[in-house]
Amino acid sequence: MDILKQILDPAARADPYRFFGALRESPVALQDDGTYLVSTYREIVALLHDPRISSDRRNLDSAAPYEPDLHPSFIGLDPPEHDRLRRLAMRHFGPPHAPETVERLRPKMLALTTSLIDALAGRNRADLVEEVAYPLPVAVICALLGVPEEDEPRFHALADEVVETLGPGEEDRAERERAREAASMELSRYLAGLAEARGREPRDDMLSGLMTYRGPEGGMTQDEVVSTAVLLLIAGHETTINLIANGMLTFLRRPELLERLRAEPDLIIPAVEELLRYEPPVQFVSSRVALDDITIGGTTIPAGAPVVLAMAAGSRDPGHVAHPDEFDLDRPRNEHLGFGGGVHYCFGAPLARTEAQIVLNELIRRLDNPRLAADPPPYRPSAVLRGPRHLVVEYDGVAPA
Amino acid sequence: MRVVVDLTRCQGYGQCVFLAPDVFTMRDEALLYDLQPAAEHREHVLRAAAACPVQAIHLDRTALPMPPPGAQEPRSAASGGDGRIVIVGASLAGARAAEVLRREGFTGSLTMIGDERREPYDRPPLSKQVLTGQVPPEHTLLPRLREVDAELLFGTPATGLDVAGKRVLLADGREIGFDRVLLATGTRARPWPDAAEGALHGVYTLRDARDAAELRQALAAGPRRVLILGAGFTGSEIASVCRELDLPVTVVERGPAPLFNAMGGVIGDVAARLQRDHGVDLRCGTTVTALESDGNGRLRGARLSDGSTVEADVAVVALGSVRNVEWLRDSGLAAGVWGVTCDAGCRAVDLNGLVTDDVFVAGDIARFPHPLYEYQFMSLEHWGNAVAQAEIAAHNMVSDQAHRWPHLSVPVFWSSQFGVNIKSVGVPTFADQVVFTQGSPEQGRFVAVYGYQGRITAAVTFDQAMWLEFYQRQIERAAPFPPDFRHVGGGVDGEPVPARVPERLVAAAGATVVVTGHDPAERRASLVHPH
Ligand SMILES: Cc1cc2nc3c(=O)[nH]c(=O)nc-3n(C[C@H](O)[C@H](O)[C@H](O)COP(=O)(O)OP(=O)(O)OC[C@H]3O[C@@H](n4cnc5c(N)ncnc54)[C@H](O)[C@@H]3O)c2cc1C
Ligand code: SF4
Repeated sequence: MDILKQILDPAARADPYRFFGALRESPVALQDDGTYLVSTYREIVALLHDPRISSDRRNLDSAAPYEPDLHPSFIGLDPPEHDRLRRLAMRHFGPPHAPETVERLRPKMLALTTSLIDALAGRNRADLVEEVAYPLPVAVICALLGVPEEDEPRFHALADEVVETLGPGEEDRAERERAREAASMELSRYLAGLAEARGREPRDDMLSGLMTYRGPEGGMTQDEVVSTAVLLLIAGHETTINLIANGMLTFLRRPELLERLRAEPDLIIPAVEELLRYEPPVQFVSSRVALDDITIGGTTIPAGAPVVLAMAAGSRDPGHVAHPDEFDLDRPRNEHLGFGGGVHYCFGAPLARTEAQIVLNELIRRLDNPRLAADPPPYRPSAVLRGPRHLVVEYDGVAPA
Repeated sequence: MRVVVDLTRCQGYGQCVFLAPDVFTMRDEALLYDLQPAAEHREHVLRAAAACPVQAIHLDRTALPMPPPGAQEPRSAASGGDGRIVIVGASLAGARAAEVLRREGFTGSLTMIGDERREPYDRPPLSKQVLTGQVPPEHTLLPRLREVDAELLFGTPATGLDVAGKRVLLADGREIGFDRVLLATGTRARPWPDAAEGALHGVYTLRDARDAAELRQALAAGPRRVLILGAGFTGSEIASVCRELDLPVTVVERGPAPLFNAMGGVIGDVAARLQRDHGVDLRCGTTVTALESDGNGRLRGARLSDGSTVEADVAVVALGSVRNVEWLRDSGLAAGVWGVTCDAGCRAVDLNGLVTDDVFVAGDIARFPHPLYEYQFMSLEHWGNAVAQAEIAAHNMVSDQAHRWPHLSVPVFWSSQFGVNIKSVGVPTFADQVVFTQGSPEQGRFVAVYGYQGRITAAVTFDQAMWLEFYQRQIERAAPFPPDFRHVGGGVDGEPVPARVPERLVAAAGATVVVTGHDPAERRASLVHPH
């Protein structure tokens, strides 16, 4: 069995890291299904900045087994289309046009966190995934996009379905993509309705901005708005849940670390970076295609071949960082692949960082004597977006906000 | 607190702008920032620095949550661990070298000699955020990345170097002995050749913090028109600032286009369009023949070589730089208008072309051979080169022969003008053809790749910095030109065109060398100074 299959095995979910050493021995390795798996830091970074690598699956040699009906979002497109759509989306989210969007959300994030943690009081046991790590990012992305939070039950299962059907691997891809497509389709129909409404009566949210903005480069078509909104709604919370849950898990396993973080709240800044390196919510970038023969790491990836980047293995590459398998708060110059790199660098990174910093600091500060009820916790099935399904903790009390 | 962004590394991810919008700002990809933000922004800046995906943001050591244990420990027990090291020139290269010496485990005595009174500061902001008023000129001090524990002789120019006697001579008569010395005295602005005209009130040059403060004041006063002599990077950046301040500006350039000397005519044409689109009155193929007084010692305007005149109350002479080598005149080193020649290990070369042992060179003043460019000697007035060379020089100063490093980094340069982040990697003038591989000038964003005799030698990006490191690797491995690979967004402007680069510049009039003697044992080179 090749290493990729072993990593994808649900039994490996709690600790995929033990396979990465063997994986990195061949930096670029051909898997049974024809995928080229890249696992060393330098090679991953090189490919993230290599214009011969496409993010558009339609460039695959194995003619697409399933022609999607949906307009791809920018995550599945290449420049210049990717750049245009990302720029148009960024206009309502960050620099250069809206640099203060995330900072302005900070008080709201803190208030939401406070009320979520308040609700943990009066008992000694809680599931931090269900009760904190999930609801916070959902509330934030809903507010930002302009999606009514009451509709959460409508999109929750669909978003999960889309995430769980992400690769990597080619074997059951057609099947997975069909399932994903169906779920995306339904999410799209829901968001299309909202987008239309916002187009007619704009409010102060991203959906309205995307629908109404027209500039020198034009604007987005409604299809483009919908595919962007589907992407942001899903990516806006499915990854942050894992960052928060992986964070608490990592801290709770290390009481001395918890102590240090409690004593020095500023340390949450390097702590979240180290989490992104050590327990990254996105373990693989699973959908790239070589446009030309690319010789790298002693192997030639042929044009048209699928390429998977093992980001989590790269961030723990001993050729890149010292003692990579240790969680080290004091790492100088922590350069990691937690949010990818190159033109597809995570769109929502500042949001995820800020949310994780706030939630983790508040949990550390307010939970009295927290401890894990189960270690390892049960995991969500996806090997790509990896994180606990539940994180049950026991505690002695909840300090006031 | 103090901040500096290594814009050589920065790829324009904008994470810093999200997290500290009061300190970092961005126009498209051009990043500008306050180097000394107020204490209230500390937490924001810490978040920004931690988030930078390429870790390009450097802070004062003292601003960090706590000095990371271990990070301060010397990296290697170097052989030259003690003794006396003197650094002459206390700016970017000098300051960085001092830090690296300590990082490398140098425990001996360290002396820094600088003719400016201020602590080392950063120059690139002087023609950008300082001139717009976004950042006050005194807010440009470089962060102290580590404790250097050095004797600081600031405000004291060095006037001579006695290589055999191992002494630096100072203007105040003092002599400072050394075991090893680093020469990092950089360059100064080339003055207007007519001293009387150059002294007119309203005529400026820009190299140091005082220049920037004075020019900022002149621009803030709202002159009727600013005249800029020279459309290299500095002149073009100042023109950009003028337009941002809504000041009428005329740029006079001898060459066929702005940035021509650094990037050739193809990109020069793009730069010319950029300037004109922003309302610059750009006159290429033209020179200023005289600066004119109003009769009271104030600038009134200028006469141009095409017979026309320009009325302006502020003129900036941006005609390049002159290397600060006069103090080395009797040192016996190969120091002249070209700079101080050194080997790839930053060791100075003497007049005869022999490598010396204890004299090292770094930064704008250095002239070194680059293997990637046929071992041609080059001087790079680039921020990134000063930093890289300072690292190499400092390391080699405390390492034995077997552990020395060569300075082989591919040159990277950046500039921010008219809201565009311009970057280059390699040596764009080392080229015969150019091709646009990604984007296009019409879109305002592109990658242009330069080739010389069938291999890739350089790339220039406008707002596409993220791709640069790919092209850097292509340069390093001498990949074929024109690039023949299929890639994203390719084939927009497929065909290579002539690069139209300047004839390789012959060093201007100044010191030259003559060789005397017959036997190998007595043949010697010596400098001839013009009068
Ligand atoms: C306005 C401006 C904008 C720039 N913008 C960019 C940019 O956008 N991108 C980029 O890559 N680069 C840019 N640069 C270039 C970059 O700043 C230089 O490459 C860098 O400063 C070189 O550092 P250095 O230490 O070698 O020399 P310098 O910074 O020139 O320092 C030399 C120091 O030595 C001192 N000195 C001189 N003679 C003596 C003596 N006899 N005794 C004692 N001290 C002496 C000088 O006063 C000075 O302090 C810019 C430069 C300027 C001036
Ligand atoms: S790469 Fe540049 S723009 Fe991005 S965070 Fe770092 S310094 Fe800021």
